[in-house]
Amino acid sequence: MSQIPKDCKYTEEHEWVKMEGDIATMGITDYAQGELGDVVFLELPEEGDILKLGEAFGSIEAVKTVADLYSPVSGEVVGVNSELEDTPENVNQDPFGEGWLIKIKISDSAELDGLMDASAYEQHIA
Amino acid sequence: MEGAKTALYEKHIASGAKMAPFAGYIMPIQYHSINAEHLRVRESAGIFDVSHMGEFMVSGEGALDFINKMTVNNTKKLSIGQAQYSAMLNDNGGIIDDLLVYRFSDHFMIVANAANKAKDFTWLADHADSSIKLADESDNITLLAIQGRNAPAIVQDLTETNIDEIKYYWFAEGEVAGSPSIISRTGYTGEDGVELYFDNKYAENIWDAVLEAGKKYNIEPIGLGARDTLRLEMKFALYGNDIDDTTNTIEAGLGWITKSAKGPFTGREQVLKIKEQGITRKLIGFEIEGKAIPRRGYKCIQGNEKIGDVTSGCWSPSLNKGIGMAYLEKEFTPVGTRFEIEIRNKHIPAVVADTPFYKRPY
Repeated sequence: MSQIPKDCKYTEEHEWVKMEGDIATMGITDYAQGELGDVVFLELPEEGDILKLGEAFGSIEAVKTVADLYSPVSGEVVGVNSELEDTPENVNQDPFGEGWLIKIKISDSAELDGLMDASAYEQHIA
Repeated sequence: MEGAKTALYEKHIASGAKMAPFAGYIMPIQYHSINAEHLRVRESAGIFDVSHMGEFMVSGEGALDFINKMTVNNTKKLSIGQAQYSAMLNDNGGIIDDLLVYRFSDHFMIVANAANKAKDFTWLADHADSSIKLADESDNITLLAIQGRNAPAIVQDLTETNIDEIKYYWFAEGEVAGSPSIISRTGYTGEDGVELYFDNKYAENIWDAVLEAGKKYNIEPIGLGARDTLRLEMKFALYGNDIDDTTNTIEAGLGWITKSAKGPFTGREQVLKIKEQGITRKLIGFEIEGKAIPRRGYKCIQGNEKIGDVTSGCWSPSLNKGIGMAYLEKEFTPVGTRFEIEIRNKHIPAVVADTPFYKRPY
């Protein structure tokens, strides 16, 4: 069974968001990393980049396939997990922890209402 | 999930394999990690269930002449106990399938790609006269590939047959773990190794015995995902990707198995014509410069012109770079030629590489 932490919100594109104040940390879900297989490298935005809800902002290259990353919320990129350059396997091994991708300072908290909670996401992948 | 199951389906499920439909079968794509499985084969040994492959038995007085007429390689050069890589062509010189042909004392065995079984068998049956007996044994035979530098030692632990005496592309009939099996010194990984063909009823027993005997070498089951990256590092063609009904053996780099001097065979006139006119494109191996992964269908370009298409690509676990195969217009095919691949709207530099990409160090 995939891990689906209760303290995260989820998108249909299999991303998770965890809020601390107005900072959203996001990554891909355990289910998503399992479907992708071994992550080889990621293309992530830079700090200061402005993202819009639903915009493709980067990609994850896995051995067998490539997947786009979509911004789960609108806002400014205020953190990028640069350690993934050397340890992309963290996305597979610890998708909700060391495998986080970026931090976004959100510009519209109402957008969070459009995300799924853990039980809705569990239904989504069932 | 819809699809046929091999005799080892339950074993794969019990091992936690990720299963996916492939060529009409539900096959293990990976057990835990394509990368780790790939490296296990490169460093020690792995076992693959490739029972989706087809096995046709051909016998009868005219069997040798029949296979020689239906395939591009010279079947008459094949000794009893020897196997040969070959291909079957259509009347236009396109590749119906690439095959292995095994010569036994009283019959031949043709090993076909899973996705082509029905097409191949029909083609063979349509061309066979009454002196030829054809039997499709695919559903009765389990095929295991045990590959890697320690694979021969692992199989040796389970058989009286002397594995060292079986040369590359030869085979013996013996017993493995107490059950009758064809023991073939062949493979699709670029490593030393053995392939075993035997009746489905021995499948679970032999699978378990190989895993047990291989414990000291850390053998593990390997999925089709790593099988693909392993063969790609060797630039071994995969039917459906790098070769198909519309490609010919000369442009695919399979001229070495296409023995046009051997006498008549289906597709020979087209082969001769292609050789006379010269090919316009060629299947090459390339490496990506920088961090990017080429994938099937990506465009190859130079300047602003399209010069070819990627047919296979992956991140090479052994080389730690993106590698692939592509048909390029002939003038761009010399090793060292630089070009670009359009990867997700970016132009990524690539260079025609010397192949195989991987050379085993022993």
